[in-house]
Amino acid sequence: MASIRTLHQQLVKKERSAIEITQEALERIQAVEPQLHSFLQVTADHALAQAKQVDDRIAAGEDIGWLTGIPIGIKDNLCTQGIRTTCASRILENFVPPYESTVTAKLAEAGMVMVGKTNMDEFAMGGSTETSAFQLTANPWNTSRVPGGSSGGSAAAVAAGECTVSLGSDTGGSIRQPASFCGIVGMKPTYGLVSRYGLVAFASSLDQIGPFARSVEDAAILLGAIAGYDPKDSTSLKVAVPDYTRFLTPDLKGKKVGVIRETFGEGLDPEVEKVVQQAIAQLKALGAEIREISCPRFRYGIAAYYIIAPSEASANLARYDGVKYGARVANADNLLEMYKRTRAEGFGAEVKRRIMIGTYVLSAGYYDAYYLKAQKVRTLIKQDFEQAFEQVDVLVSPTAPTTAFELGGKTTDPLSMYLVDLMTIPVNLAGLPGLSVPCGFDSQGLPIGLQIIGNVLREDQVLQVAYAYEQATEWHKQDPQLT
Amino acid sequence: MLDRDQVHKVALLARLELTPQEEEQFATQLSNILDYFEQLSELDVAEVPPTARAIDVSNVVRADELIPDLAREKILENAPDRVDDFFKVPKIMHE
Repeated sequence: MASIRTLHQQLVKKERSAIEITQEALERIQAVEPQLHSFLQVTADHALAQAKQVDDRIAAGEDIGWLTGIPIGIKDNLCTQGIRTTCASRILENFVPPYESTVTAKLAEAGMVMVGKTNMDEFAMGGSTETSAFQLTANPWNTSRVPGGSSGGSAAAVAAGECTVSLGSDTGGSIRQPASFCGIVGMKPTYGLVSRYGLVAFASSLDQIGPFARSVEDAAILLGAIAGYDPKDSTSLKVAVPDYTRFLTPDLKGKKVGVIRETFGEGLDPEVEKVVQQAIAQLKALGAEIREISCPRFRYGIAAYYIIAPSEASANLARYDGVKYGARVANADNLLEMYKRTRAEGFGAEVKRRIMIGTYVLSAGYYDAYYLKAQKVRTLIKQDFEQAFEQVDVLVSPTAPTTAFELGGKTTDPLSMYLVDLMTIPVNLAGLPGLSVPCGFDSQGLPIGLQIIGNVLREDQVLQVAYAYEQATEWHKQDPQLT
Repeated sequence: MLDRDQVHKVALLARLELTPQEEEQFATQLSNILDYFEQLSELDVAEVPPTARAIDVSNVVRADELIPDLAREKILENAPDRVDDFFKVPKIMHE
């Protein structure tokens, strides 16, 4: 689909109506969904009603904002009042939230048109969207490949033009990695910049909501709309939200860019390495000063994360007990039986695995050896970043060590799937903003992403470097060829 | 290493009923994952303070005021089983 800027101008000049734009998205969805399965639910009636309201406002001579009338896909772990929200889990298959998440409320207020709820790994646990209880999503660049995860549906939908932008959530890379695999822009903001109210909790100290878009400008506009203090989220930061688009300038003169040495080691696909090195050379050509930076504790991120995130998840998912909402198993003899069987039937294998890991490492006698130690390692990783940002403005690395892998390629070995998040996890542990921008393709035509990491609340720097790079290259202008 | 007995105990704590095959599979998989965690012992963390949240916001309070909350009926509509305005659960005590 066209950019937010183009669609906005069409609406303002009355060249197209919001209904026509919505219909374009819905027709595209109808055409490509049989191959992609990006959406768990297409909310066509809801979208057309929202578009009608926008058209009425325009007809009445009202001024409209950038996002008014723009079609968006919403990850299915964001609560939408009156619209089923499943987290791609059997246990929430028929859950209709009685309230609206802060981010979707803000977007509805801005006049955005929600076209559907996107597929994801169950409870956002996974790196390929394959743990969804309902369907597999294909990568628009090659339908035998995964779209990445956990926000794979949101990434595939934007890449394939089923909506202009979408929202995902990122706990260990779940926005940036699928953005990289699908050849689009994806951003995880600073922890606390965007309210988590109404986001179904996975690992509360790591979860953050962020945008997917075809361009850095679209991502910047959407981020501006969802960011900001919210009294309903106790971890929300009381900071002013700037107009992020005013940082989008093409010149990188004087900008200090650090290359994280440890992300170029073992396990990195040589084709990804070559393309990312070319991207770094491009940043230099744009005037940036390139420095090699060492983050020696970076590589311990995965181990720390797979203790911390499952610990938080095991506590957060205790609420699915078949009592207040969600599925309940029939004919249980007593309460304990009902809990155990409801959860056994309601959760998939990966969710069970993480609940088990979390329950084990938090159980009596193991707390110090695992959870407390992981929290201490988290401090060390944070210190590595703090030292790096004394020397540079942003850090760069590959977003993922490989391009999109085959559907079914890693499902039998859980640990191999965990290693996919090597580059992105430390950013969540330190609460920093990170973005993936398209930076090329491998020899099989699969997209590669460059990760740009900023200091706390320096989304401006991340977006500026991404924008300058994007404007100097042609990668973001390429479309996947779906038949 | 985790054996099947331990997996069974953890599953009870987590309120998960696992099949014997799942117990067997999890014993292997969780052992592999716990082995992977061993690399953390390469780091000396004795003097390092823990981080629970990367960006800490503390003492977040609000005025204790009565405000209208969600409609009771809307909430109860999602309940798997109910009696009037109560959530209904299977019996808690054994015979």
